[in-house]
Amino acid sequence: MFALRNASRRLYTSRRSRLLSTLAVLEHRGGQVSASSLPAVTAASKLGGPVTAFIAGGDSASVAAQAAKLVGVSKVLHVPNGAYDKGLPENFAPLLAENIKAGGFTHVVCAHSAFGKNIMPRVAALLDIQPISDVTEIKDATTFVRPIYAGNAIATVKTGQPTNIITVRGTAFPASATEGGNAEVAEAPVDPKAPALVEWVEENLAKSERPDLATASKVVSGGRGLKNKVKFDEFMPPLADALGAAIGASRAAVDAGFADNSLQVGQTGKVVAPQLYMAVGISGAIQHLAGMKDSKVIAAINKDADAPIFQVADVGLVADLFQAVPELTEKLKNEK
Amino acid sequence: MSALRILVPIKRVLDYAIKPRIAASGKAIDLTGQKMSLNPFDELSIEASVRLREEHKTRIEDILAFSAGPQKSQDALRTAMAMGADRGLLVDTATTELEPLAVAKILKRVVEKEKSNLVILGKQSIDDDAGQTGQMLAGLLGWGQATQAADIKLEGDTVTVVKEVDGGTETVKGKLPMVVTTDLRLNEPRYASLPNIMKAKKKKLEQIPLKDYGEGLEGRLEVLQLVEPPPRQGGGKVADVSGMISKLKELGAL
Repeated sequence: MFALRNASRRLYTSRRSRLLSTLAVLEHRGGQVSASSLPAVTAASKLGGPVTAFIAGGDSASVAAQAAKLVGVSKVLHVPNGAYDKGLPENFAPLLAENIKAGGFTHVVCAHSAFGKNIMPRVAALLDIQPISDVTEIKDATTFVRPIYAGNAIATVKTGQPTNIITVRGTAFPASATEGGNAEVAEAPVDPKAPALVEWVEENLAKSERPDLATASKVVSGGRGLKNKVKFDEFMPPLADALGAAIGASRAAVDAGFADNSLQVGQTGKVVAPQLYMAVGISGAIQHLAGMKDSKVIAAINKDADAPIFQVADVGLVADLFQAVPELTEKLKNEK
Repeated sequence: MSALRILVPIKRVLDYAIKPRIAASGKAIDLTGQKMSLNPFDELSIEASVRLREEHKTRIEDILAFSAGPQKSQDALRTAMAMGADRGLLVDTATTELEPLAVAKILKRVVEKEKSNLVILGKQSIDDDAGQTGQMLAGLLGWGQATQAADIKLEGDTVTVVKEVDGGTETVKGKLPMVVTTDLRLNEPRYASLPNIMKAKKKKLEQIPLKDYGEGLEGRLEVLQLVEPPPRQGGGKVADVSGMISKLKELGAL
């Protein structure tokens, strides 16, 4: 009887999967598809149906040509209209909603980035859909896994909605290859040209030569133990450079002004899952762990032997960071 | 210049410092006897609206704190009123769990009834971590939205918001009415003083049953199960920096 039920479920699933079609919403900046969108393409491919990539902006045609090479994408729809350049949700959301309706997509996937978080719930509301945020695993076309309570519980949720809007956690899916695909490119069928009720004024992005925090393979992160901004800037960048790592920070370090807000790792900041996460002077509050506990290897330097970070660290060193970090930096440099 | 009628939706959640336990059903978090608090992001929303009143005294007609939740959410509303909200409105959901879409639909009706022209919400609740309600409400109302606010300025009917985005900040400007969601850097919420807590007990707290808010609020998602994340075992400590380097090499991290 179980076998029978499984067989019929398989039949049902396979019949459904033929009808699946997924829209992957891509971000772009400076004429390039953003790296943060590449895991979303992989997640979209996992759903099993054909994947259409969606791009809007003044230079959408050239970005679409790049997107056509992404492995997993079978079609690219683009909207050549500069009104969408800044990703303002008031016009971008109606644009997406109209194209989702026109294309009859069963799934819409976007990165759970500032862009995706801002726009996708609005799109969902326009379509009367309950979206699913920060998905870390796709079980099947209607079953998704996402962390709740700062990653302290992992929820498996099932949806019965005809169209599903999901944002995916970038660290949970590998990036799709940027060469090898050969998708057809077309202009999107609809541009409702809704007004942007909000005007973009300026942006102020932290400039850095270092790898991007969200996608870096190594991250060194500093906390309250660094004592002040001068010491943070004195000790953390050389260590990051010796490892080829991105720099992160705990909320305590950010609140105290040691580091820029955009470097915050945790429930309310960035979620990272690098090969190596080195926590320097960070005690390991649950809100911080929410942002880094899926790292492959965690190393910690802290002078408090009882700091909770040591309960998750694969390698712990109880030491004064002001001595240990320069020594480590020096030894790592000599290793190269 | 229009008078400001600010709506501040808040949520009562498991206190941020408590480690959640999965209930025996395996489908929910066990909240029995646990310390519950006002969602930290919502404290920032209340603080932001109270500061707007301090800056633009004559323009603020009303600051309404709203919650959709069980009876106990009254506590969260009283806290909001002790911090400076003028009155409270509770949609009593009893044991029904509402999804963000349903909350946004209820909020739309509240906005219309109360003639709110600025809604300030937290960017996410620390239990569900969805981060959706503000954006959904803005979409349903057809209003401008500014999410993850690190700074809010009001000049005339123009709202200028510095937003936290990946890699830095972005500034946007829109006209009222508008929806703004708050990020942690926006402000430092004040503590409610004892006199203000006493005064808050006298402020008006209206209660409306969920059924008065109409249809289309049913859940769209079913939680099949909740599990704890795979536990991470610490790998122990090393004696010195050289020990750390060799252990990292052994683990393939260097």
